[in-house]
This record gives sequence, C-alpha cells and structure tokens, in this order.
Amino acid sequence: MAGKVIVMRHRSFLLKCLSALLVFGSWEIAGRVPVSFAFPTFLESMLALWVLIIEGTLFVAYAETLKPLVLGVFISGVLGIGIGLWVGLSKKFDWLVSPIFVVMQTAPLAALIPLLVMAYGIGLTSKVFVVCIMAMPVIVLNTGGAVRNTPISIKEMGHAFLGSRSDIVLKIILPAASPIIFAGLRLGVSAGFIGAILSELKITPTGVGDIITYSRSIADYPTMYAAILSIILLAVVFLNLLERMEKTLFGGLNKGYVTD
Amino acid sequence: MSAKSQNTDNAVSVRNVYKNYGDVQALHDLSLDFPRGQLTSLLGPSGCGKTTLLKIIAGLLPASSGEILVNGQPVSGPGPDRAFVFQDFALLPWATVLRNVAFGLELRGVVKSEREAIAEKYIADVGLKGFEHSYPHELSGGMRQRVGLARALSVDAQVLLMDEPFSAVDEQTRRKFQEDLLGLVKNENKTFLFVTHSIEEAVYVSDQIAILLPRPSRVSEIIRPSGFRHKDTDSIRRDSEYLDIVDKIWSSLRTYVE
Amino acid sequence: MKLFGYELPGMSSLILWGLLWELVGHLELTFFLPPLSAIFQTLMEIGTTKVFIKALSDTGYAFIVGTVSAIVIGIPVGILMGKNRFIDELLLPWVNMFLSAPLTALVPVLMVLFGFGLKAIIITTALFAIWIIVLNARAGVLQINRSLVEMAHSFGASPKDAFFKIYFWAALPEILGGVRIGFIRAVKGVIIGQLLISIVGFGALFELYSANFLMKHFWAVLLVLFALAFLIAEFLAYLERRVAYYAARRSV
Repeated sequence: MAGKVIVMRHRSFLLKCLSALLVFGSWEIAGRVPVSFAFPTFLESMLALWVLIIEGTLFVAYAETLKPLVLGVFISGVLGIGIGLWVGLSKKFDWLVSPIFVVMQTAPLAALIPLLVMAYGIGLTSKVFVVCIMAMPVIVLNTGGAVRNTPISIKEMGHAFLGSRSDIVLKIILPAASPIIFAGLRLGVSAGFIGAILSELKITPTGVGDIITYSRSIADYPTMYAAILSIILLAVVFLNLLERMEKTLFGGLNKGYVTD
Repeated sequence: MSAKSQNTDNAVSVRNVYKNYGDVQALHDLSLDFPRGQLTSLLGPSGCGKTTLLKIIAGLLPASSGEILVNGQPVSGPGPDRAFVFQDFALLPWATVLRNVAFGLELRGVVKSEREAIAEKYIADVGLKGFEHSYPHELSGGMRQRVGLARALSVDAQVLLMDEPFSAVDEQTRRKFQEDLLGLVKNENKTFLFVTHSIEEAVYVSDQIAILLPRPSRVSEIIRPSGFRHKDTDSIRRDSEYLDIVDKIWSSLRTYVE
Repeated sequence: MKLFGYELPGMSSLILWGLLWELVGHLELTFFLPPLSAIFQTLMEIGTTKVFIKALSDTGYAFIVGTVSAIVIGIPVGILMGKNRFIDELLLPWVNMFLSAPLTALVPVLMVLFGFGLKAIIITTALFAIWIIVLNARAGVLQINRSLVEMAHSFGASPKDAFFKIYFWAALPEILGGVRIGFIRAVKGVIIGQLLISIVGFGALFELYSANFLMKHFWAVLLVLFALAFLIAEFLAYLERRVAYYAARRSV
C-alpha cells in the first residue's frame, strides 16, 4: 500500500526514468548486437563523452563552434528586431520587404551555403552569414507581426494622453510586442544552431565539427556519437532554458489586455 | 441647481460635424453643446455614432468636416484639456497600477517623484489604495476601470471623455460606479462627456442627455432631468420623474433597436 | 499598400526585387549575381538534361518516401500518445527534445550507418518531418471536445464508427497543420541531407557547379528548389484552409 502511494506521488519522475532507461537500454542492446559496425553501445559513447570533457577537448571545441553562433544570433537579433520594427510600423516597408523574408522562411536556405562559401571563403565570415540567414527571417517576421498587431486600444490611449511617436513606440508598442519578439529570438537561436552546425560540417570543421569529422575518419565511432550527443543536449537544454525564461518573464503579463 | 444649468458657458461645442467612412455617413451635420461643469450623456442604440463623436471630440479621429471647439478654441488633435476613459480600460499589462495611473503624466514629461505622488492621490480617491504595486491581471474588471479613471483624473484635464466606461463590468459594480460618478461630478470641477447605451444609466448620472439616432446619425432631442438631481443616490432610482424620463426615452428609441 | 489607388497584392514587391536583380546582373556588379533572365535561360537548357531530371526525381523520390513514412508512423504514434496517458508520459520528453534539437547534427550518424546514398537522405527527411507530425496529431486528439465524445457514447457509436466518423474529423485540422509544417521541415531535411551527403541528387549538382563556378547553373537549380518548396508550402496551406473552415467552430 505504501509502495503504491510512493509510486503515485513520484509518478512523473519515475516514468521519465523508465523512459530514459528504455531508450538508453535499447541503444546499449543495439550496440551490442551490433546493428552496424558503426553503432557503438550507449556505455561506450558515454565513456567517450566523459573523456572529451575530462581532457577539455569538448570545451575548446565549443568555444570555436559557438563563435559564429553567438555572433550570428547577436547580429540577427539586432538587425532582425530593427527591421521587424520598421516592417510593423510602415505599411510601405512591409510591402517591400516582408515577401523576401517570407520566401526565406519557406525556402531551404541551407542550399545557399555553397554560394556563401564561394563568395566569402571558408572563414568565420561565411559561417556568421550562414547563421544570420537562418535566424533572421523568423525574427523579422515575428517582430513585424507583433508590432503590427499591437492592440489598437493601447496605442489610442497613448495618443489620447499626448504621447509622442517615439514614446508610443518605445513605451507601448515594443513592450506589448516583447513576448512574441522573444519567442522569435528563441526560434532564431534554434535556427542559428542548425546554421552553425551546417557551417561546421560543410564549410570547414573547426571546433565540434572537427571532432565529428576526425573521429569518423579514424572510425572512432564512440567519440563521434559523443560529440553529436553533446551538441543535441546543449541545444535542447539551452532552448528549454530560453523557453522557461520566456514563461517567467512574460507568463502573467498578457492577461488583461481587454475586458474579462 | 437651475442657476447652474442656465447661463454657463460651454466647455465643448460641436459645430456641423460630418464624418464619412467611404460611402457610409457615420455622422451627419451634428451640432451640440456641452455645458461646463456638468455631465452630458450621449445616448443611443448601436451604430448611432456616439463613440465616433466622442473620439472626434477627443481628437483621436478626424472629422470629415465641421469643427470642435474646446473652451472656445477649435481643436483637431488630442490636447491637455481633454482626458479619455476607455471602454476596454487600455491599461499597460506589464506595468503596475501606479505606473499605469501615472502614465498620462509620464507622457507629458512630468518628473517621476512628482507624477507618482499625484498618482497615489488619485489611486486613493478611486478607492484602490494598497493596490499601487499590483498588476492589471491581478485586478477585477471593476478595479481595472478605476485605474483607467484615476489615470484620466491625474492629468487634471478640464474635460473628461468617457466611452461606455461601465459596460465591461458586472451589474453590481456598474451600479456602484454610477453612484460614485455622481459624487465625482459634484466634487470635481470638470466637464464630463459620457457615452452609454443604457437608458437608466444616462438618466441616473446626467445633467443633460443628448439622444442620438442612427442612419443618419443626428441629435434627436436633448433632455435635462432636473427634479431629482439633488436627491441622494439611493432614492433617485425610485423618483417618479426619473422613471417617467426612462420610459419616455425607451418608447422613442425602441423602434431603432435592431 | 496602395499605388494610384489600387491595392497591391501581397507578394508583388518580389517583382520589384526581380527587376533589381536583373539590373544588377546586367551591370555585372558582382560575379555571383548573373541576370535573372540568363538564369531562366540556363534553367530551360539544363531542365531537360538527364542529370537534372535524375537529380529532380531522386530528390522527389526521397522527399515522398520520407514524408509518407513520417506520416504513416507519426500520425498513429501521435494519436496513441493523445489517447493513452502512460505512453504519452513515456514518449513526450523525447518527442519534444527531438523537435527542438538541431537534427542536422544527426546526419553524420545517418551517413555512417546507412551509407552515402539515397537511403540516408530518405531517413533524414523522415526524421525532420516526424516530430511535429507526432506532436500535432497528439494535440489534435487531446483537444477533441469532451461533449463530442459523450455524444458518441450516448448514441451508441461503435469504436470504429466513433473514430472514423467523429474523432478523425475533429482532430483533422490540427493533424493537417502538423503535416504541413512537417512537409516544410522535410523540404529542409531533404536539402540538408543532400548538401551534407552531396553525392546524390541536387547536392551533387551543387558541388559540381560551385567547383566550376557555373553561377547561372547554380542559381537555376537553387531557384527550382526554392520554387518547389514554396509551391508545396502554399498548396498545403490551401488544403489546410479548406479543412479549417470548421476548425474554429469545432465545438459548436
């Protein structure tokens, strides 16, 4: 009876453990079968990951890999929000510029990478460019949409109380749009991650991409899998953090826009 | 009482105002006077243009032709002489009550310490003392509207424009608001322009009721309830003149109900 | 935006940009932007070559097989998760994780496991599409109005009838929405797969053209891909709108 109560209370946590066990367990078994000569077991990969961390190689590699990501996301954020603001405020600019970003959203931008490499070589510049073209469209479109859809009521209120144009933009429109802008930034970071990895794998491997390609070439599959696992974990953890931040910062604030 | 309603000047005058939206004529040659220091209601069924007229007076909408005079001077945009209370409150959801109430002053460049002091006074006046640091989503609908009212009072404008301010709250709160409004009109030295579609409400709170009819929007008549203005708030609703006026207005308006 | 009183259609500024491109190309401002007309011309030329057609059919094949697999596996799993709480709690963390994970990082693994060919690309495509399909199918089932369920019970509907006549349609708009986003992701997946594996399909063509600096060819292929992606997305949006007319009022 007591056992059942304990299970019930910690049900969610236990289920998560069970789930992890199932997945990692199947991984381990598949590795042992083995499903393929290139499929290491779960434990082997974990060991390789551990080695990477202990020897510090992982951190050095990430310092390299994250450079274009951070730079690219920062530029995309600043430019993207600026352009998005303009798009939201000016119908003319919206007509002119939005279609480009809409096309960029649907189009498989990754195909542009060889072009960028041709134009800007294989250095940091083209990698930053790749991150930017992946991240900017969603930031611009989200910001533009949010600004355009600011409730007319509070804009009118600002006008009624003699707010200047810049007052209305800075004190009313931007704060009102910030939840969606932040969501756009989060999606931009997510797209930027893909851009960063693509540039590593496709342009030149430095950093984590280097670990992946090198270990693959010497058939050190545990290390290769470990590196890939680390990227996925990092991205997922970071994005979940952003999402949580978004909920805490903006969670309660959008209620009460209009009447109950 | 009657001296008040006779030789007062008009805080706001509307002269031959037309408002067109494309082919639709929202307002047709409207002329109306709003006596200083009194509460005038704009009453009418949906689509009679009362909110449109109020927003034109507020300077939030341009008139297609005609003019609006405030204190004898023509106006075309918002000004420090008029303050607006919105039907859906128009509060900043991310700001505290204090900041919301002080927002009108903030937009005018008043220093923070000064505007917060003024805001605190009006927050207490509308009965929200203690809620200065709450957020709109933590308040009930009635409380939120009081924040909107406090904000409009804080900027110390001579004309207060209220766009169906009580329509978004529940019936009990609404009755309380109507009573409080009577006290406000008596104590504050302001002119009130009040848009409503509720006949009882208009007759209860107003010194003057302008009845607007739609298609085309025009002023059909002006009623000045006088007999019960001095009575205390509880007895007004049973006064026979009050009931008579309500019935009279209803019978003339019922043909326009869609 | 209005010009001389006429409301300009949504994407019409693209015409302007196209003209600008043409100008830039003719002025030869940069090697990397040949005139749009020259690109279209090249497109006509290579569009009928065997190489191009093979690349197109390879890509199309990988895309279709990948997305169909994602749908065939993803929708039932999503529905199952929506109906069964135990399975939901077991699988949801993983689905959410893979939804936001940079799946691109998995491609090297797929290359290693499944070789450098079409198979790996198909699996990449399926992987890109499946997570959102699962999630939306799940959401579609979860939001089925309780009263619809009760109504089915009260009229004595058999499980089969209930599913096919009520639940399926009630969840459909949501499911279709997921399929649409899944398709868009699949397009990204099939391209990224080809880019990284680059021995088949358009990936190979891109390698070839970029190595030889054949800009017009490069852009021609690129524009075809973009146009295809766009068309697919628009078509799906259209389908979704057809179904969505009842989506907002499903509880009526």
